[in-house]
Amino acid sequence: MAEMIFPADLKYTREHEWIRVEGNVGTVGITAFAQDQLGDVVFVELPPVGTEVKAGQQFGTVESVKTVSDLFAPVSGKVIEVNTALEKSPELVNQDPYGQGWMIKIELSNPAELDALLDAAAYQAFLKEGH
Amino acid sequence: MRYIPITGDEKAEMLRAIGVESTDALFADIPPAVRLSRPLDLPGPLSEQEIDAEMRALAQKNLSTQDYACFLGAGAYDHYIPAVVDAIIRRGEFLTAYTPYQPEISQGVLQAIYEYQTMVCELLGLEVANASMYDGASALAEAAVMALHATGRKGLAVARSVHPDYRRVIRTYTEGLGAAVTELPMGDGATDLARAEALITGETAAVIVQMPNFFGCLEPVRDLARLARQQGALFIVAADPISLGILEAPGHYGADIAVAEGQSLGNPLSFGGPWLGMMATTEKLLRRLPGRIAGATVDVRGQRGFVLTLQAREQHIRREKATSNICTNQALNALAATVYLTWLGKQGIRELAEHVLQKAHYAQRQIASLPGWRPAFSAPFFKEFAVLGPAEPARVQRHLLEKKILGGYSPSRDYPEYPNLMLFAVTEKRTREEIDRLAAALGEVQ
Amino acid sequence: MSGQPRSVEPLIFEISRPGKRAYSLPRLDVPAAPVEELIPAEYRREKPPELPEVAEVELVRHFTRLSRLNHGVDVDFYPLGSCTMKYNPKINEEVARLPGFAHTHPLQPEETVQGNLELLWNLERWLCEVTGMDRMTFQPAAGAHGELTGILLVRAYHRRRGETQRNKILVPDSSHGTNPATAAMAGFEVVTIPSDRQGNVDLERLKAALGPDTAALMMTNPSTLGLFDTNIEEVARLVHEAGGLLYYDGANLNALLGYARPGDMGFDVVHLNLHKTFSTPHGGGGPGGGPVGVKKELVPFLPVPVVEKAPDGRFYLDWDRPQSIGKVRSFYGNFGVAVRAYAYILAHGGEGLKAVAEHAVLNANYIQARLKDYYDLPYDRRCMHETVLSAKTLKETTGIKTLDVAKRLLDEGIHPPTIYFPLIVEEAIMIEPTETESKETLDRFIDAMIRIYHEAHQEPEKVKAAPVRTPVGRLDEALAARRPDIRWRRDEG
Repeated sequence: MAEMIFPADLKYTREHEWIRVEGNVGTVGITAFAQDQLGDVVFVELPPVGTEVKAGQQFGTVESVKTVSDLFAPVSGKVIEVNTALEKSPELVNQDPYGQGWMIKIELSNPAELDALLDAAAYQAFLKEGH
Repeated sequence: MRYIPITGDEKAEMLRAIGVESTDALFADIPPAVRLSRPLDLPGPLSEQEIDAEMRALAQKNLSTQDYACFLGAGAYDHYIPAVVDAIIRRGEFLTAYTPYQPEISQGVLQAIYEYQTMVCELLGLEVANASMYDGASALAEAAVMALHATGRKGLAVARSVHPDYRRVIRTYTEGLGAAVTELPMGDGATDLARAEALITGETAAVIVQMPNFFGCLEPVRDLARLARQQGALFIVAADPISLGILEAPGHYGADIAVAEGQSLGNPLSFGGPWLGMMATTEKLLRRLPGRIAGATVDVRGQRGFVLTLQAREQHIRREKATSNICTNQALNALAATVYLTWLGKQGIRELAEHVLQKAHYAQRQIASLPGWRPAFSAPFFKEFAVLGPAEPARVQRHLLEKKILGGYSPSRDYPEYPNLMLFAVTEKRTREEIDRLAAALGEVQ
Repeated sequence: MSGQPRSVEPLIFEISRPGKRAYSLPRLDVPAAPVEELIPAEYRREKPPELPEVAEVELVRHFTRLSRLNHGVDVDFYPLGSCTMKYNPKINEEVARLPGFAHTHPLQPEETVQGNLELLWNLERWLCEVTGMDRMTFQPAAGAHGELTGILLVRAYHRRRGETQRNKILVPDSSHGTNPATAAMAGFEVVTIPSDRQGNVDLERLKAALGPDTAALMMTNPSTLGLFDTNIEEVARLVHEAGGLLYYDGANLNALLGYARPGDMGFDVVHLNLHKTFSTPHGGGGPGGGPVGVKKELVPFLPVPVVEKAPDGRFYLDWDRPQSIGKVRSFYGNFGVAVRAYAYILAHGGEGLKAVAEHAVLNANYIQARLKDYYDLPYDRRCMHETVLSAKTLKETTGIKTLDVAKRLLDEGIHPPTIYFPLIVEEAIMIEPTETESKETLDRFIDAMIRIYHEAHQEPEKVKAAPVRTPVGRLDEALAARRPDIRWRRDEG
């Protein structure tokens, strides 16, 4: 885990999603730890633009060769953009989890929900506990 | 115990290695109360020769299509099976393998599945196919389940002209999922478009037809496809694979999912199975497709190779969220179909379809010209047709049996509205002499 | 070396050349009408399907070569856990091809198929004797299909009693993936019950999960850990007290033949895998046979038709069953598979089947005893017909994973065990030798496993590079899933 990066400007969930908030919009993806656990990501299923998501609710799935995981929304709001590049190149999730491997952008309906998320230090501590 | 190659000495040695006195100790975990305290009451053991004799005696209590001219169809067809099929499927490397979980030593099965999938796509005119389902009926039911999930709707509009067993299986499979099945009524041998239109609505997940239908008639598939599309429903077709040598492929007239009973392709009737369900769909629905799928890839040496792919759809990974619970399918029957379709080839399937078409129409003309007999419908047909006769079908069948003829089939249990209707199917195996014998025998029934 | 399989065989489509043919059709001996008059243009196909065009010799060589790239029980050891890859007697193939069986149409008049109906009637009674059930259907085509049938029977049973609120199916965490998938397919919610430290169903967690919404508990016993649940009587009592039914996944019945019967343990519904326990060949992934047996309370719901025997000794199909769940397949199921199972039972008799279980369990315990010093044994108990080991410690000390061990076995000509299942065992290696293997074969497997263990410590790179003697090396599964290429197209060829 030593070589894994967990950027300080992001917030994290216990289900291993991250969110980067700029203004009223949060960009969501999965962490370096999550993509490492999954192995080679082969498919990402994302909701259509316009979908309303709720914090803690499933918004999609991510598949690797031999496993599949649900994706959970860190916050509530409306999906305003999805990363269509993942359709053709799901490996971006492995290669650049915090950059080109992003998944959806959510227009936040309740920014206060961000307070319930972990910061980078708390997330790393959570991982050390063996999750 | 001729299939157990452990000697008494070896058994003793193995027990020593385990550290127990007898094999009984290995069953100590079974509580005494649930142990069987008596021997199983079963016949045997028999020698191989005795088994052969006993099985022959049983088989001889049946009449087979090798001794009687078979004009029965209704979902199972007496087509010729070339010798190459058995020569290949009896090879132990195919016969005694299982699902190719270890691709490095399963390239034979995997490549054969890839070739099979290609042939299914070509026949059905669609983009992707799976490695097989149990049979045509369960494949159609799985297609209906796919449509329920893909559309989020609960309605299934199923033509009454779909094989009754297939309709039963659709109901059994979808009832627990809360589906509501609506029957599209029949007109002159095929679905009544005007009445169907009113029954296909915004709640309809799929319109489901069979082509040719249970009565052998061709359905107005292009119109039905249009009605489905207008309401945002999927269009699902169950086809006869041999007919696709001459009839348009379902994918080319708008089917989103097409299935077929593959029995006709090199699989014996075998009193109803094992056969195979062929299943294909569009690229868009690929990830909703149930069952195994083989895909091409490369190995570490840079060679082309094949693997089971898109496995995250399946039960062993997704468990309760899988597209289906199917695991074991009908791989050996799919291999038989692959060998058979290779034997026929691009020209052969067309020639065979035309050959069957001509013989079936000759038979229908002969029967329709008999006094008291007439075609039940005027819709065009391929290899099976319905006629109305002057007598109760059971009596007709008994008379035909005396003339060493099997058939025709009376569907009155499922279609009480047609008490005197009989279905006759004609394959390339039927000779003019047999067809004439059939017609002569029918002419004798008054 | 001549006669060795080429490592890669071209696709049949790549061998195809226009104008070649393997088929021959009989002369058309009836007067032909113009096709246009028989099939209107709107129905006709313009573009023929791109089927391959080859001569018969090319067809036979192609598929023969493909077969040689494949491993089967006829080739060598195949200890694939949970799959019961036992030897498939050749006489069974012969008898299934007798014209009286293979060439009978399912809709022939009953008086012309008395042999088939008698076979199904007898086999039903024999399998009921083996399992302790009252009636059985042969319609399901495979184990998972049997599960679906069985769970729909459970559903019908509760509905008939007005207990429509029973919407939950409990499955142990060691269960086959088909169990939860089946429950979901039948419209039930799935509740997973953890296993306790002995590998049994955790009784406290089971109690907590049981209630008025419980429809059934689905169990494999012995479980996928190869362990007999020693609390089975208590489990059955608890489930029945809660008003639920007990479903038996028969994948592992090979361990119990003649020793114990699911019906006597309290199971209400049972599916069997004829292709596992009763030796019908697996065919590269089917056909199987998944007959479902039930106790008498569930008989009215069985799929239609069922085979009955009239007082005069005549056999017939009974369709008049108003409470039936309907059909799960066309006609009567994989009849040809039932024929093979019938011959298999005749070969063994009651005593012979007991010897099957005895030796299946002996062989698995022998492997366990000889390998447990090298690989982890997560549940340190004697096993039944299969043993689940783990490469967890090996991975931690050498970096060699279960996958690497499996791939190295390929170089020994041995099919690897089932790996990474059950899911509750890390780095699982699930070994089911079956009763039809000689001690020499078992020893050869054991020696190979030990050799790989030492190699992992001394030359791990060699293990990671395996397999090297197979027709192809490790395949890129990620590429296959990311860019699905699941059919050949002409423009590529």
